[in-house]
Amino acid sequence: MTLENITLIIGSLLILLGLWGLITQKNLIKIVISFTLVDAGIHILMISLGYLKNRTAPIVDSTIDNAVEQIVDPIPQAMVLTAIVIGLGITALMLSFVIRLAKDKNSLNVSNFKDLKW
Amino acid sequence: MIKKLIFLALIAGVGYMFWTGLAEYKAAESLNRISSYYAQDGLKEVGAANLVTAVVVTYRGLDTLGEVSILFLTASILGFFLVSGKEPKIPLQDSSEILKTASKLLEPIILLFGIYVFINGHLTPGGGFQGGAILASALILAYLANPNEGINKSIFRITESISGVVFVIIGILGIVLAGGFLDNRLIPVGSIGDLISAGIIPIIYIFVGMKVGAELSSIVTNLKHSPKNNVE
Amino acid sequence: METNLNIFLAIVIGVLALVFAIIAIYHKKLSIAIIASGAVSLMASILFLLLAAPDVAMTEAAIGSGLSVIIFFYALSKIRKQHD
Repeated sequence: MTLENITLIIGSLLILLGLWGLITQKNLIKIVISFTLVDAGIHILMISLGYLKNRTAPIVDSTIDNAVEQIVDPIPQAMVLTAIVIGLGITALMLSFVIRLAKDKNSLNVSNFKDLKW
Repeated sequence: MIKKLIFLALIAGVGYMFWTGLAEYKAAESLNRISSYYAQDGLKEVGAANLVTAVVVTYRGLDTLGEVSILFLTASILGFFLVSGKEPKIPLQDSSEILKTASKLLEPIILLFGIYVFINGHLTPGGGFQGGAILASALILAYLANPNEGINKSIFRITESISGVVFVIIGILGIVLAGGFLDNRLIPVGSIGDLISAGIIPIIYIFVGMKVGAELSSIVTNLKHSPKNNVE
Repeated sequence: METNLNIFLAIVIGVLALVFAIIAIYHKKLSIAIIASGAVSLMASILFLLLAAPDVAMTEAAIGSGLSVIIFFYALSKIRKQHD
């Protein structure tokens, strides 16, 4: 059981838990919280795919002579940096929709919003 | 009960897809071609000690431009959606004495730390997005300590717009004066490890940090000042 | 680095993250569910540090467990009935 195997399992389990919460919960705010859990799981999955054994962080200072042999992959980290900030933007947008929806029907239960059903 | 079993079967199906993809995963032994190019020649070309910063600002600068515009879109949609009408001003309860005194001491230190993080983005872990989030935290501390004072919203709008425009202008200057859009060699690349090095990366990150800080602050301000409605 | 201590820490923090995630989905009070989702982001930030990614750890800690929880609480206060 190496380090990246453990974090891969944790990331996948967090994604599955978040999807389960997304499907079964009825409270609108719990649905938004499940989106946050799916986001965290995806980020852990992406960074653990870029890990190489026994190497250190991709910052070149005086202790690193040969950067190609001694650092982990910097590209997934750059992608995840962008993804975290955009995840926050999505959460804020979803919460503003929840505020307007709750004002309209005076309830937070998702089974009361049946206007678009046939 | 049947519904719960169907949902469980769906989740088990997704889990099975993850399992077949990742079961015999072994970590790679060496960097692939792009990453080894970034690690070897990128260091001399870009001159930044923090390789993740070099990738985010220079090699993938177009993605950062896209992200900055998505954040701008989010902040403006939130400002449009939560229209604050004329609501009666209910005076909120004042916070305690300890919080007020401590926040007066801590806010300048947090602001200074945020500015330090995005100025030194190319030398140590850090950069524009982290520094912007720390700046927004200082603002939230101010809101928690003085719940009855408002901050003028136009400061955030002006900072955000000016920073965005300057970012795009620097990119276009890269087309005119150097290799391409957002090229790094507009200003001479110094030696690795100095504060003034790595071309225009510190300048871009300063504007990105101010822009992200202003955007996150305006999101929090819009949520705070939207009208209250009562739901049980 | 792949020492034994790191692997043990990863297992402990991973189990804690899953426990907090289950609390976030199933608890009845909304305030505790929101704080549990902030705690999941904090555990994810520690895992990033073990995987040699300090930039990402700093960003996830500041945004995931700082700003996201505050935004949830502001939204919650706009919907709740005013308790006098």
